[in-house]
Amino acid sequence: MKPADRVERVPPSGIRRFFELAEEMDDIISLGVGEPDFAAPWAARDAAIASLEQGKTSYTANRGRRDLREAIAEDVNKRYDLSYNPDNEIVVTAGASEAIDLAFRALVNPGDTVAVAQPCYVSYVPGVIFADGEVCSVPTRKEDEFKLTPEVLEANGAAEAELLVMCYPNNPTGATMTRDELQAVADFAIEHDLTVLSDEIYSELSYEHEHTSIATLPGMRERTVVFNGFSKAYAMTGLRLGYVLAPPEVSQAINRIHQYTMLSAPTTAQFAALEALESCDGEVADMREEYNRRRNLVLSRFAEMGIECFRAKGAFYAFPECPWDDAEAFAEALLEETGVAVVPGDAFGEGGQGHLRVSYATGFEELETALDRIESFIE
Amino acid sequence: MSREDVLAVLNDNARYSTEDIARQLDMEPAAVQSTIDELEEAGVIKGYKAVIDRSKLEEEPVRAAVELNVTLDRETSYDDISSRLAQFPMVQSLHLVSGDFDFMMQVEGDSMREVSQFISNKVAPVPEITQTVTHYVMDAYKEQGITFGDGHDDDRLSISP
Repeated sequence: MKPADRVERVPPSGIRRFFELAEEMDDIISLGVGEPDFAAPWAARDAAIASLEQGKTSYTANRGRRDLREAIAEDVNKRYDLSYNPDNEIVVTAGASEAIDLAFRALVNPGDTVAVAQPCYVSYVPGVIFADGEVCSVPTRKEDEFKLTPEVLEANGAAEAELLVMCYPNNPTGATMTRDELQAVADFAIEHDLTVLSDEIYSELSYEHEHTSIATLPGMRERTVVFNGFSKAYAMTGLRLGYVLAPPEVSQAINRIHQYTMLSAPTTAQFAALEALESCDGEVADMREEYNRRRNLVLSRFAEMGIECFRAKGAFYAFPECPWDDAEAFAEALLEETGVAVVPGDAFGEGGQGHLRVSYATGFEELETALDRIESFIE
Repeated sequence: MSREDVLAVLNDNARYSTEDIARQLDMEPAAVQSTIDELEEAGVIKGYKAVIDRSKLEEEPVRAAVELNVTLDRETSYDDISSRLAQFPMVQSLHLVSGDFDFMMQVEGDSMREVSQFISNKVAPVPEITQTVTHYVMDAYKEQGITFGDGHDDDRLSISP
């Protein structure tokens, strides 16, 4: 048997090799993890357990439980001023990752071009290829602190694309975008008739300004698909629960693929998510506060070590310049000699080379030890 | 605002150095130090202590939660009774509480006998105290926000996107 061409077209993950290296070693401190180090709030876990005790183990509606969709609609309205109808504009998915795949399949015709703001989460490029689309890489720049600008969109040919996918607060850079900065991207999208796929999974982790959803800007709601979920804000990665907000015709197309592939998102996770929305704001605020303190610690220590690093304002990543030209060689040597794992920026696409993704989703004590080891390593 | 921030960090771990607290809060070390000095002078910070799982000690002390009922008269207030009790070193904490009794007192001693004698010889004879109910602590699961036990293993993948 031979895998289909579209699978062969997807390059192997740059993270995979590093993962294998790290797995071979004992007692490493990993700053290479893309998920929270907290457990989900107890109230959410308790609600999931209670739902199992009550035998709530059936499928739900394709779009997800009605009460959960209502709670999501209310929550995104309260936090981000987004207004979506739970009946025909919200689909609950198995993680935001599923939602991203569904959106590509629902919106990309063979040969359509999707501009991908990079460096970025590793799923976007393969998702476009699986949907038989063409990728137009749009590398953001260090001098723009990895924000997306109309200049880089223009320079990389995004004006000719049909879709644009972006993620702010950003994985892997920790970059965020303000309302004004997003407005410039929105203007570009409207001028060139681009559909925007906005991954806002880190929206609750913006430390210096309020998160703005690009869908709230004038003229954008009808051309934007918003992804969000419970993984990062509520530390629920393993429960696999996300959602996608889109105008009715796109939401319907997404739901059609979802109903034939996933049927419905995990029921137990839906109960946990409902409880998370109802009662876990305090835990989210506490986690955000702690990430922010770690962010300050990491950025201060890098400054003291003379490592160049822009002031990342979101998610739980810092994206310093690598002290060596070859970030991959550096990360490998750092891992082998000190047992500290970071991920070379190249693994996240164009624009990431020469940088390192440093995740501070790690307890203070380990973070401090890791920073000490990095310091003595570069000396 | 920086007072609350500094308190939050100290409440998380009072052993962080001034420099470390400054890094976490994006403040100058001198500003952190003066905030701590002010908090201490104002009596907001009363002290710094370790949270100890006593079951891990070779000689585990005996602890008891003691409910106290009192009657007040014109000459005696809650403050009078509490200041009398709080001076005993064996009394670890003392709170005036709502509900079926008046004071909740935590006592720690070397043996059950020592704690019992303390209650019967020093506490019960106080004229205003009408009743004592002593609950010996059998096991501790969480103290001052810290859960005891083996803790939570980090079972995340070492590298993930």
